[in-house]
Formats: sequence, C-alpha cells, structure tokens
Amino acid sequence: MTRGATITEKILSAHSGRTCRAGESVVCTVDAAMASDGSAPMAIDYFNKMGGKTLAQPKSIVFALDHYSPPDNPATVALQDRMRDFTAKNGNVLYEIGAGISHQLMIERGHVRPGQLVVGADSHSVQYGAANVFSTGVGSSDLAAVMLTGKLWFRVPESIRINLTGALNPGVDAKDIALEINRILDPADASYRALEFSGEGATSLKFEERMLLSNMSTDAGAKAGVFAADAVTEAYLKDDTTLQGAVSADENAEYALDLTIDLSSLSPRLARPPVDGAAAEIVGIEQDIGQPVDMVYLGTCTGGRKSDFERALNILKAGGRKHPCVQLIVTPASDRVYGDIASNGMLAEFVKFGALIMTPGCGSCCGTCGTIPGDEKVVISAANRNFTGRMGNAKARVFLASPEACAAAAVTGEITDPRSLLP
Amino acid sequence: MTSLSIEGRARLVGTDINTDYIISSRRKRVTIDPDELRKFIFEDYDAEFGQSLAPNDIIVAGNNFGCGSAMEVAVTVVRAAGIKCVIAPSFARAYYRNAINNGLLPVICPTENIYEGDTLSIENRDDALCVTNVTRNETLNGEALPSMMIEILNEGGLASYLLKHGDFPAQL
Repeated sequence: MTRGATITEKILSAHSGRTCRAGESVVCTVDAAMASDGSAPMAIDYFNKMGGKTLAQPKSIVFALDHYSPPDNPATVALQDRMRDFTAKNGNVLYEIGAGISHQLMIERGHVRPGQLVVGADSHSVQYGAANVFSTGVGSSDLAAVMLTGKLWFRVPESIRINLTGALNPGVDAKDIALEINRILDPADASYRALEFSGEGATSLKFEERMLLSNMSTDAGAKAGVFAADAVTEAYLKDDTTLQGAVSADENAEYALDLTIDLSSLSPRLARPPVDGAAAEIVGIEQDIGQPVDMVYLGTCTGGRKSDFERALNILKAGGRKHPCVQLIVTPASDRVYGDIASNGMLAEFVKFGALIMTPGCGSCCGTCGTIPGDEKVVISAANRNFTGRMGNAKARVFLASPEACAAAAVTGEITDPRSLLP
Repeated sequence: MTSLSIEGRARLVGTDINTDYIISSRRKRVTIDPDELRKFIFEDYDAEFGQSLAPNDIIVAGNNFGCGSAMEVAVTVVRAAGIKCVIAPSFARAYYRNAINNGLLPVICPTENIYEGDTLSIENRDDALCVTNVTRNETLNGEALPSMMIEILNEGGLASYLLKHGDFPAQL
C-alpha cells in the first residue's frame, strides 16, 4: 500500500501541481504573502533589483506597519513611507500604524483560508497554521520573489506529529503547552520540519490557543505548525472563509517523529532569560517562585488577544491589586482586540489597576517601540521570544510565561504560580 | 558551482546564535543599509569580536546558526563585513535560504575540530562542499547544496537570478 500524505505534503502538492513528498524540492504558487515594516522596505529593494515593475497578484500582498507602531524617529518614518509609496503605486494591501500585528490581521481580516500556502517576511508567520494553512517565515528576498512571480520554491519538509491528549487544568495555558514542546524538541530535530498538531487535545483547543501553538512552532525551530480545520476554525474565521479547501492528514501518513503530550499533566512553565549566549532554559514555574519582577508585559502575537486579557484580568481581580513597584504594560494585538476589550469594560479595569495601554502592534516585544526595561530590570512577558536585548536593552532580563503567570507577577511583584490566585 | 573556492581565517562563535545577536533588531528600524549596520555586528553577543571581523574571515558556529527572526539584515550585515562563508553543523532554515539569496555560502559541516584562527579552505568537489582545515591538515565533507541553491548562488543571489530569468522554472 502506498503511504499516505501529511497536511504539509498535501498543501504543497496542491500548490505545485504534482504529487510531492518530503525531501523533494518544488515550485509552488503562493496564495498570500505578508511583510511588515521590519521587512517590507528591504523586500521593495529586492523587488526593484529583480527588475520588478508590477506585482503578480497585488491583492495577495499584505504590508503591515506593526514593528514601529508608532515610530519614534524620522528615519523609521522614512522606511514606512517607502511602503506607503509602493502601495499607492502598486495596489497591494497596507495596514496602517495602530491596526495591529500583521499575524493577527492576516487571520482576523480574512487574508488566509484553510488549505492555502502563505509566506510572511517574519518568522512568526507560522501562526496561520492554526487556520489549516501551510505558512512559513521567509526573508525579504524570498518575499520579493513572491511579489514578482506569485511563486516560490520549497523543499517539502518532513512532519513531526504532536499528538495532544487530555485537557488543560485551570491556571495552565496554551503557552505552557508551547513552552513544553520547545523544552522537549531539540532545534536539530525540529529544523526544516513542520509540526502537525493532532489528537483530541488539539481539537479541544480554542482557535486562539491554536494560534499560539502555531505561532511558537518557529521558536521550537520548525518550519511550520499546522492544525486540521474543523468547526472551531470555521467559527473563528466567520463568513470570510469556508472549509472548502481544508486538508487533513491521511491515516497512513508518515512522520519523522511522533510526540505525545498529555495536557492534563502540564503545570505552568517559564522560559528563563538566556545566560551567556545560550538558548533560554525552560523550567517549571515553581523553580523561580519569589524572583522579584519590575515589568509585566501583556501583548504580542502570542499573548495579546481578547482571551489572553480575560484570563490575565481574572487573576488581577482575584489578587485585588497591582503591586506598586511593577510597571504593567498592555498592548492589544489589533485595533479590533482593542475595541473588544474597550467595549466590554476590560480596558477600563486594566487602567484602574494602573496598566499602561499601548498602541496595537508589536510594541515592546522586540524593543523597537514602546516601553523599554531598564538595566538589570526583570521582565515577565506573554511574548514568544526572550533573546538577550530582545526588548531593547541587553542588560534587562526577560522571562516568558502565560498571561495568567504574568498577571500573577503583576499582583505580587514576584514570580508567582498563577494557580494560587485563581478566582 | 564551478569556480567556488574560498580561503580564510576561522572565527568562532557559539551554538544557537540568533539573528538578534548577529544584528540587533532595534538597529534596523533606523537603517537597512548593510554598511551602516556593520558597525553594530554582534554587539549584543560580543561587540569586540564583531569589530575584529575582517574581510575573508569565515564564521564557524555551533548548531542552529541564525535562529530566531527571519530578518535578512542578519545576512547582509555579515556580507558587509566582507565574509563570504559561514560553517555550522546546522542552520536555522530562514537564515540558510537568506544566505544563499545574498551570495553568502552556508556550509553544513561538523565544526568541533576547528579552532579560532585556523586557516580554512572551502572547495566544491564531486557534489560535496569540502572544508579543509589547512592548519590541522584535516578535510571534512560538508553537505551538498540543492541544485536550485547552486543556481541562485552562481547568479550571485536571488535578485540577480530573477533579473536574468524573470521567473522560477516550472519544475525543479
């Protein structure tokens, strides 16, 4: 019997016009391509060097001004103006400052649909995998190639099946699943491979939780992180899309690796700040309880959605205060998220707790706009990445955790198990 | 890859060198000019090391070189420092592609027997990238590149490849 195909192999086959399997190289049509203000100006340069005159598919090219939202100096404004000028001439889509993080917008505004092949000039473009899309991060030159030709070449990756069983306990978050996967998977195992999430634990996850797992698959070193589509997908994508193109893996598909995680066995996790250039160590939160914290960051494409703020606010309310020594920053992932938490009163509650509300966008996550931590200060963040210098100061120390664990630290002023503050 | 031959001095960095270590993402918000960014290469990893890099040096790294962001300035800044080749047992995928697209040769090869300052010579022979450690008289076989990558590299990068061909071939 011939072996079956993974979701990845099926999507790349459908877009290359031939049946392909892991290890082969193929040229594929690309359904949509995204570039941010961090990557689009360079992509425009490459496009011009390629002799580009017009975009192959203008409406499938999405620019988002999210990394410098808002910009803090004239040179950055000039880079963003190059994107605006290019868009005025070429008719692609552009999201202005304050609309939100590109990855949130790509899904929220209907630029991706199940079964599609999408690339983004940002490593967290893997996030669209939650919508049953094969999506991966590329550089500006590959992005320019898609702008010019509507196509790109790919090496079809092998897949790793992440079989999720059981259900999460209260106070444990999808972030803890992602951190656990990143703890277990060696980048050497995940590199050049796609994660495919399956099992009853995967189907039981809400769409925003799937977005987080897909998003952080790149931090495990993977090329993509894909879910099957189901009623949860359809409900989140609303009428912008249908499940017509949805793709699922064959029963007899082959995987490079099989990893099973029992969600009910998980407890809150923490990624510690990297030491001396090494990768961040991921530990159980109990190992660092009591570590004083100066700044708490709620936001980003990983932890800046409505459900994240709901869970964080519940912890703050249960604690009854924000610790006076802690700076609490809230950055909604998009203007819609901003509007949602404003209209349901959550935003006002955050303000009452003393939170600083920032413009939707990447904010402080990559240190390119927003609040920067001081020397030797300790941050706990709902983000996906904590490289040294990541938040704009190489002398600050950044821990990564779930929004609940971040909120718990905001209450007590130190790293705290969020389960001790559950309402 | 017919004419490929690179010789230089080994410059060692560690494992899991992320793109922010190569060039901090806060720098590219002001300029994407590689010659400007070169002033800040490796500043959050080891600024002194970054400033000591000289043309034709060969960066020799541990596993997972170029992990993290897909930002392409992490490759163009290395090229601006005059470096033509990086050797590591494994690369992050986006870095590997970006390297090829900008004419920086990424060689997948064990590096544990290469020491700071060793003289290395890289040659393309019989479908393998041969790394000769001249100082230690040892030759290692690096992983061959996919043919599409060789074509892009031969054209000097993806921009010149597409300027010449206008499109990708229908099949590889």
